[in-house]
Amino acid sequence: MKTLSALALGLLLCASGPALAQSSGTFTPEITAPTQEAQESDGLEVTVSDDSDWQDLGIAITTFTTDADVPTQTTAGTTGQLGHAISQVVASDLKNNGLFKPSGPDGLPRPTFGEVSAPNYRLWSGNGADMLVQGYVHAGNDGTLTVGCYLYDVALGQPLEKGGWKVAPSDWRRAGHKCADMVYSRLSGESPFFDSRIAYIAETGSKDHRMKRLAVMDSDGANHRYLTSGQAMALTPRYSPDYSKILYLSYLNGQPSVYAYDLTTNSQKLIFRTTNPTMAPRWSPDGKWVLFSMSQGGRTDIYRITSAGGGTPERLTNGPGINIGGSYSPDGSKIVFESDRSGSQQVYVMNADGTNQKRISFFGGRSATPEWSPRGDLIAFTHIAGNLRVAVMSPAGRNMRYLTDSWQDEAPTWSPNGRIVQFFRTQRGSGEATIWQVDLTGRNERKLPTPVGASDPAWGPIRR
Amino acid sequence: MPSSLSMSRNLKSGSTLLLVAGALALSACASKAPKELPPEPGPARTTTQPDSGEALGPRPGSQADFAAQMMGDDTIYFDTDKYDIDAMDQQALAKQAQWLMTYPEKRATIEGHADERGTREYNLALGERRANSAKNYLISLGVAASRLTTLSYGKERPVALGSNEQAWAQNRRAVTVTID
Repeated sequence: MKTLSALALGLLLCASGPALAQSSGTFTPEITAPTQEAQESDGLEVTVSDDSDWQDLGIAITTFTTDADVPTQTTAGTTGQLGHAISQVVASDLKNNGLFKPSGPDGLPRPTFGEVSAPNYRLWSGNGADMLVQGYVHAGNDGTLTVGCYLYDVALGQPLEKGGWKVAPSDWRRAGHKCADMVYSRLSGESPFFDSRIAYIAETGSKDHRMKRLAVMDSDGANHRYLTSGQAMALTPRYSPDYSKILYLSYLNGQPSVYAYDLTTNSQKLIFRTTNPTMAPRWSPDGKWVLFSMSQGGRTDIYRITSAGGGTPERLTNGPGINIGGSYSPDGSKIVFESDRSGSQQVYVMNADGTNQKRISFFGGRSATPEWSPRGDLIAFTHIAGNLRVAVMSPAGRNMRYLTDSWQDEAPTWSPNGRIVQFFRTQRGSGEATIWQVDLTGRNERKLPTPVGASDPAWGPIRR
Repeated sequence: MPSSLSMSRNLKSGSTLLLVAGALALSACASKAPKELPPEPGPARTTTQPDSGEALGPRPGSQADFAAQMMGDDTIYFDTDKYDIDAMDQQALAKQAQWLMTYPEKRATIEGHADERGTREYNLALGERRANSAKNYLISLGVAASRLTTLSYGKERPVALGSNEQAWAQNRRAVTVTID
């Protein structure tokens, strides 16, 4: 009982932020004040796997200005101070992911409000900037904030893209992420991913008595919150496609069991009531199905149940040994999963109804925790041959290549656009876990800022 | 967590009295569990005398007794990724079964574990499979299946904290814990 009330309290705190934005439905781009038609021009033909050229692209990100420097309900301060903070979010999004090497906002000239829609091209080309990001913040009477974001091609002397977003004060960082997404998408031709959230397991304490709590954060580590108290061990969360729920494993009842944690009603329930252990929960891309794995008599098989609850789970695998996990292809027609039916952990693909099960990993060693990219073109997994390393392969099991090289990296999760993989790294000896991410070149690797130890990252989709 | 866990098991199986008796036995060190309830709060002096001799050891039939009698054989060990019961495991499980036959009222949980050098979810299933192997062997020796439950902690509860072969060998284990 104590556990439950603590859970509820944690949820109340965390639900207010996202709930506001989603229920008010105001997070839609709107054409805002300074008008200037964005002109069609070809996006730069680049991909993340070949980033040597465009990393040198000079992108100047300036301090967002304001029409009137007035107080806001944000922690950042006035609209002027908020403009600076938002441009910092934009710059760090683009910089930290190894996609660009932006400059600013500090150390760059500050455009006036009028210049936001009529940039001083000569000034910026003189500064060696190829691209220019400008923006503004406007405070509405109702406390909401409107943020405009403009991308200019300095060399061509013309606008490339613009966007505007109206946000609740608590959601101001999302405006920065939306702007970074706009710039990234326009310049790379890829889908956006910054405005997204991550569920994970926060870890504290010694190796033999480690506390493991369910936690969530924005894609850049901001707006961090714990969702469970830590009295019952929590593992392996997965955000629902609409961010309304999190599936995860908890030892609340003694046995490891999969719960669906409802972020709007602040409550959780078992996805299937049984005395057998259930684990490894997964969502279908449309959110209608839940996969989970259940052990019985030493065997473990993968089951499918409707996410609405009720009904009898349908068993998709039929042994022998351990069949676990499962990740849907983006169109929902196939499932990639892990099985040791051959004698060791290997990766298999089957149809979503369990038919046509076929092994695809033949790389030596063991292959585990497969996750289908949201783009459909790759499967990320953990390869075990002495060390544990994160790797990718094609859905046919070809072109395997490592993304990481460390003592123990496991459990990859994809960015919403399928361009970046997060995973967790365990330190030899101490067992301390941290979340890292790497792009598909394997070259741009960085640790995510989390307040305590962190494992089992689960990256949610782009927010609407 | 293990303590709150076994607590709820106790309540579920209705052996609250046994639990109280067990706690008293620790302080009174009587060889037989007192049948009466704990004394009323007040002038009674018995509760403040934890000294009537420590030589008698744990109360027979308790988890403490089981652990002491097993002398390490409450735990069996596995090779990497394996879950088979070898000759040494058989000896240990035979000893466990003997004790469990002596105390036919007692139930037990077999906790399965894996070393840290595997992925988290697979290790949960592997721990379950190891615990199940031990359970099946105990059943083959005559212990009623209804008295045995399994619980996997995967790689989440290591007993040896190093990151080396020796530590991993100690962590690939199934531990039988009787329920007081």
